[in-house]
Amino acid sequence: MEVFTEKKNVKGIQSDGESKKDASKKSIVYDTKDLNLWYGEDQALKNINLSVYENEVTAIIGPSGCGKSTYIKTLNRMVEMVPIVRISGEILYREKNILNKSYKVEDLRTRVGMVFQKPNPFPKSIYENIAYGPKIHGIRSKKVLDEIVEESLKGAAIWDEVKDRLNENAYGLSGGQQQRLCIARCLAIEPDVILMDEPTSALDPISTSKIESLIQELKKNYSIIIVTHNMQQAARISDKTAFFLNGEVIEYENTNKIFSNPSDKRTEDYITGRFG
Amino acid sequence: MEGVLKLQNTKTNLNIRDLIEEKKKSKSVGNLTEKFIPGFLFTIAVISILTTIGIMLTLLTETIMFFKEVPILDFFTGTNLKPLGAEATFGILPLLTGTIISTIIAMFVAIPIGLMTAIFLSEYASEKLRKTLKPLLEILAGIPTIVYGFFAFTFVTPLLRNFIPGLEPTNILSPGLVMGIMIIPMVASLSEDAMSSVPNSMREGAMALGATKLEVTWKVVVPAAISGILASFVLGISRAIGETMIVTIASGSSKNFTFDITQSMQTMTAYIVEVTGGEAPAGSTLYYSLYAVAMTLFVFTLVMNLIAQYISRKVREEY
Repeated sequence: MEVFTEKKNVKGIQSDGESKKDASKKSIVYDTKDLNLWYGEDQALKNINLSVYENEVTAIIGPSGCGKSTYIKTLNRMVEMVPIVRISGEILYREKNILNKSYKVEDLRTRVGMVFQKPNPFPKSIYENIAYGPKIHGIRSKKVLDEIVEESLKGAAIWDEVKDRLNENAYGLSGGQQQRLCIARCLAIEPDVILMDEPTSALDPISTSKIESLIQELKKNYSIIIVTHNMQQAARISDKTAFFLNGEVIEYENTNKIFSNPSDKRTEDYITGRFG
Repeated sequence: MEGVLKLQNTKTNLNIRDLIEEKKKSKSVGNLTEKFIPGFLFTIAVISILTTIGIMLTLLTETIMFFKEVPILDFFTGTNLKPLGAEATFGILPLLTGTIISTIIAMFVAIPIGLMTAIFLSEYASEKLRKTLKPLLEILAGIPTIVYGFFAFTFVTPLLRNFIPGLEPTNILSPGLVMGIMIIPMVASLSEDAMSSVPNSMREGAMALGATKLEVTWKVVVPAAISGILASFVLGISRAIGETMIVTIASGSSKNFTFDITQSMQTMTAYIVEVTGGEAPAGSTLYYSLYAVAMTLFVFTLVMNLIAQYISRKVREEY
């Protein structure tokens, strides 16, 4: 198993070529250590060791059933909604182990936003969708909420499309718009990390490219972990890529390294489309 | 050998074709049935509608007869209801207050308990527990109302009299409470259906924003299911308004115009039971009063349903 080590090369692989903080100083957001996860008797994740860095896009690829979705859901503990799940190992988020029982899961989730496979706006107005998060965390002032709504929608590049119909039901939007609304909903509570579980798999190519360029913008301020089925997408938007297979991390590398010169045969087979 | 095989194959094919052709002929009868089915079903559907219209027309004509004898204003503003005796007066207000008060008491019981039960079953109970509890709850709905009435009269009233000394042996409080208990399963079961059908992705969306279980329930699931929940309340209210046996048995037949729930009151339904049970000669004012009260009851529930439909359309959250 390869673990990412080449910290010094990070700068070279940034696709947008913007000047960034020196890569070696990038702090680790998520550090996963010896993570094992079982659904009942079935082991879904095996000895995962993975470090995710700040202000990067980390893509997770792999065939269906390889554990990539399970892994990303473990990062905000949504996986616990499955009653039979068992977890061992450590996931350090900003140096604290989130798998600790004393770690308040609600606190974690206010710092770590999530965008799902299928857009899942609430059946409320566009405005209320964005205001929901701030509201449950105690922000009541109409003026502040108005500002948050505008900022978040702008941040998700959807403001111009919806500014005149903030009070309309979110389900009147197209799929791509709904997904950007869901991203805006995340932004409204100023997360540190955004987890994206195949965010474009239900969308058409145009909506997909909009979301991809949005992700490029977002990584300036947020760390993004994205699960994707689409290898071109991973190649286009991510800084690092982890290849999962049968619950294991086969290879975790800079994205251009993994796509041009993978060190594991299985990775090569997968990205050249020989299986999966 | 091959030739034989080929021959057999062709023969089989021919046979199947033939069979289908043959069946097609006999199918013409089937086609006829297909043609008549919609008409038949339409007739059946029309029968039930016609019956309803018939009932309404009867109600209406007899009610008009009643209002020829008793001025409509006196009926609706009259606080005195003395249907028997030489100087009979027909004021419906005592019955209206009886119905409204018993319904309010019932809904004070049924709405909070029913809704909380639904929330527990849909959001908190494990799958296994839910599958055990829900059928049990629905058994409650199968108890005949006469049993509830009997229960109110012989158990709940004596029990309440320990705490409320002024409570009369027949009173509106006890049947109101028991009616509420009777309606709990209806509210709980229908609200639970509405909440369970809210897609899980919405709960996940809210939880991913750091919402607690309670915040997910109150601010996402309940609002998303609100039209179903309100519908369950309305059905509950309609059921309480129309409920007859419990109030007849446990609330007595005093036609008091009062707001004191410890006293005996009569509801519209109980009045109808009382008058039809006694001898009301056809054509008498007493006889017509039945129809007037029934008509009022009907309009009452109709208006309730219309209001509720309007509300639930207004507040509905589409998804």
